[in-house]
Amino acid sequence: MKVFTLDTARIDPQVQRRHLDHPSAGACVSFEGWVRDHNDGKAVLRLDYQAYGALAEHEGQAVLAEAMRRFPIRAARCVHRVGPLEIGDLAVWVGVSADHRGAAFEACHWIIDEVKRRVPIWKNEHYADGQSGWLHPDGSAVATAGAG
Amino acid sequence: MNYRLLYFASLADAAGCAEESVASDTHDPRALYAELRARHGFVFDATRLRVAINGAFGGWNDTLADGDEIAFIPPVSGG
Repeated sequence: MKVFTLDTARIDPQVQRRHLDHPSAGACVSFEGWVRDHNDGKAVLRLDYQAYGALAEHEGQAVLAEAMRRFPIRAARCVHRVGPLEIGDLAVWVGVSADHRGAAFEACHWIIDEVKRRVPIWKNEHYADGQSGWLHPDGSAVATAGAG
Repeated sequence: MNYRLLYFASLADAAGCAEESVASDTHDPRALYAELRARHGFVFDATRLRVAINGAFGGWNDTLADGDEIAFIPPVSGG
């Protein structure tokens, strides 16, 4: 089963959550990453996510498989949006179920950190001043283009 | 050798395309990147990139085969 997916459509947390059901689970922790209206002191109007689809799904799957080995959890899942997003949109959802809350919190935190660190997805922010730029890990835009 | 190059994010902006076919005398990703960096003006030093060959992460010194699909992966910013 694919537990890491890229999606161009709106993520529904209630639908995702059902995939974490397990009779032995006593805890469920989820993380939602939202599109915010500012970054690095600049007003953000909207953004685009681009992914290297095949490699991103493969790497995302590897992150979740590793989480299942590292933590005593019952299920883990992640969905990441690609394409254009508006302020307030849900950009990434991570969910984990476990017998106890400690492992669920830890695994959820670890998964979103690993996804941000190694899954080939890129964010292009469009700013209120007409500039735009792809973000890289130091948080600064390396490429800017006029009103676009 | 002919390679299929995939570009993402700021590398695609710099190259002016998302993919291209390239004829090259280079045989590993390191030499190929140096050649393409000179051609397209990529700002990244290779140390900031990862390389993918035919849809899987690979090494900079791997030997490339004719027809390989190669992507240089700039620092990611998902989440």
